[in-house]
Amino acid sequence: MTMSTIGELLDHFDVIASNPKAQLEKYVGEGKKAIGCFPYYVPEELVRAAGMVPFGIWGAEGTINAAKEYFAPFYCTIAQMGLELALNGKLNKLSGVIMPSMCDTLRPLTQNFRAAIPQVPFIFLAHPQNRRAPYGVEYTKSQYSNVKKNLESIAGKAISDNSLKEAIRVYNESRAARRKFVKLAGQHPESVSPVQRSAVLKSAYFMDKAEHTALLTQLNAQLEALPKSDWKGAKILISGILADSKNLLQILGDNHMAVVADDVAQQSRAFRLDVPEADDPMTALALQFAGQDYDVLLYDPELNKRPEYVVNLAKENGAQGVVILMMQFCDPEEMEYPSLKQALDKAGIPSVSIGFDQQMRDFGQARTQLQAFADVLNAKH
Amino acid sequence: MSENQEKKEAKVLLREVVDRVYQNAWDAKKRGEPVGWSSSKFPAEIAEALGLAVCYPENQAAAISAKHGGQRMCEHAESLGFANDICGYARISLAYAAGAECEEKTMPQPDFLLCCNNICNCMTKWYENIARMHDIPLIMIDVPYNNTTEVSEETVAYLKGQFQDAIKQLEKISGRKWDEKRFEEVCQNSNRTAKAWLKACSYCQYVPSPLSGFDLFNHMADVVTARSKPETAAAFEMLAEEYEQAVKNGTSTLPYEEKYRIMFEGIPCWPELRALFKPLKAKGINTTAVVYAPAFGFVYDNLDEMMRAYCKAPNSVCIETGVDWREGICRENKVDGVLVHYNRSCKPWSGYMPEMERRFRKDLSVPVVGFDGDQADPRNFSEAQYATRVEGLFELMEANKAQSGGK
Repeated sequence: MTMSTIGELLDHFDVIASNPKAQLEKYVGEGKKAIGCFPYYVPEELVRAAGMVPFGIWGAEGTINAAKEYFAPFYCTIAQMGLELALNGKLNKLSGVIMPSMCDTLRPLTQNFRAAIPQVPFIFLAHPQNRRAPYGVEYTKSQYSNVKKNLESIAGKAISDNSLKEAIRVYNESRAARRKFVKLAGQHPESVSPVQRSAVLKSAYFMDKAEHTALLTQLNAQLEALPKSDWKGAKILISGILADSKNLLQILGDNHMAVVADDVAQQSRAFRLDVPEADDPMTALALQFAGQDYDVLLYDPELNKRPEYVVNLAKENGAQGVVILMMQFCDPEEMEYPSLKQALDKAGIPSVSIGFDQQMRDFGQARTQLQAFADVLNAKH
Repeated sequence: MSENQEKKEAKVLLREVVDRVYQNAWDAKKRGEPVGWSSSKFPAEIAEALGLAVCYPENQAAAISAKHGGQRMCEHAESLGFANDICGYARISLAYAAGAECEEKTMPQPDFLLCCNNICNCMTKWYENIARMHDIPLIMIDVPYNNTTEVSEETVAYLKGQFQDAIKQLEKISGRKWDEKRFEEVCQNSNRTAKAWLKACSYCQYVPSPLSGFDLFNHMADVVTARSKPETAAAFEMLAEEYEQAVKNGTSTLPYEEKYRIMFEGIPCWPELRALFKPLKAKGINTTAVVYAPAFGFVYDNLDEMMRAYCKAPNSVCIETGVDWREGICRENKVDGVLVHYNRSCKPWSGYMPEMERRFRKDLSVPVVGFDGDQADPRNFSEAQYATRVEGLFELMEANKAQSGGK
């Protein structure tokens, strides 16, 4: 087999990221069962260990119609579009969904989904916010055990410790490869555009992780072999829940902004932390959640860690500015915005907040804002 | 007790109880003792057992809104970078914590925070932000959302672990030792208040009702700020007696004749109480069911039951429990219709309502009508739309009544 070029690999990831339907049909056609995984922090390892394919459901770009029967307009489009897809029968090929309940929109979404979509088996997941104390770890374990039991019933077989350990190994490898890719994409922006970067990361949600890692390892090796980049444009960090809008990312590219790091829920927040070594794999999964941090969705007992983390992440990666992609109606992001802005201002890092959602059609205002921001950054260096 | 005090009406006593909560906090502050801010459904028994002075930002925000300071405070928070999408109570409270001028309802700035997210997740970030502003300790009791009608043993164990940690943290803050006996006493008081509150609410079942349901919204301040105090229990018991007497006398606090009875779903639009009341009065509609009745009835016999009780907040229970509560009070209190407040400030609450509306129509065979509003920010309420919706509900109730041949 000849080695694919960087361009070919990026094209391949883009095809997958742009067409989740085909991916789902492919897996189901192969006789596999797929489980929809809603945001955030779903222990996908359990799905893999049960011999099934985890399939990320973070809404979709489109128009909300049917979901209006369940939600007033002032809700995050990830939740509304997730329900819209289900109401339109587009999730019927899934053998089940796992739905966490970490924010005030996910709470009613769990209930609306259960009420509206009886044809898709529903697995509820509550994460603890006091997740580090022994009682928090125990609680996570109890909730993950409930997910495990439900998955076993859907799969028709028990999840053994060994298969779970193997799934954890595959996932830790995938996380490591994605973290490495994020670094490399930031170091070689002339070879990986913001749109392509997003496609590589997004495709992982619709692929068997071992397959994804195999392709990504090839890509990483080739990016590593490239000569040092002489990037003349600006370097930025992106922050938000989602950063997969091709229209928005294209504007970053058009304005020569390279994404050198991210604080995005669908991207780095989801693969920042590996599952630690532990004799009992269920304990290991719970300990991973106990260690999660720096996220607007999570309680921060130390209060200031997230803004500090984002500032340091920007500095460590040489980001000159931060683009905050503010998901409309996402109150956790909105509540943490002033603290983030304050920390960035204090550190002398310029930032801009761009409002968007999955129904957005007109990107004119975002383009104007981002052009102006690029000018600010370019004037600074 | 003097002759004069004995004659006080329950509503006066209830107001005094709340005033005393805030006066206590000011006095504590003056003595150099720590003052806490607490979310309304944090287990109040802990701080009360340790003799700590506590204020309640939700109650403060409601009071500020009712006195028309809500928009100004919300705008102040927006100037600090908080989006206008965020809960109005949170915006008002964040503005106050940040030092915004506010004459409508003052309280001492906090030295520690008590946060329980059984109400919503917004609470967590709201309190984190205040803790950051003031650099003060935050005691967090996390109540995970429950998808089933029962509270699991695992959840009880998780809550107990947090409860023990909260006690340790508050012992340090108060400089006092935990006294199990005092705690039991406080729990008894809380149960007595809860039972008296539920009893007072239960008088809405009489036709006509001896009270205007909107009275209950006013008395909520007591269950929020003072449910662990014996004087609160006594005042609610007195309120129940007054209602009992009113039933006998055929009188009511409703200032007009009750022709129709409804459930008012959700938190009222505090800045618009007069506007809310106006079309109801014009049509002879009384509110005889409010979700706050069961929502603050924390009744329990032991620590495990107490943990379970605090899992039962309107936004932390599954849809089946939520529907069951509401249909229970609708049946008990014989409502002819339901008026649903789509509260722009409350995503979890409003997020269940379209599905609940369908279930109410099917299970109760009564008309259900919704309107858009906000608990604190008057910019999200339209008096004209509200009046039209109430008119619509009235016509549907009339048609129902005509069909069933009158009452």
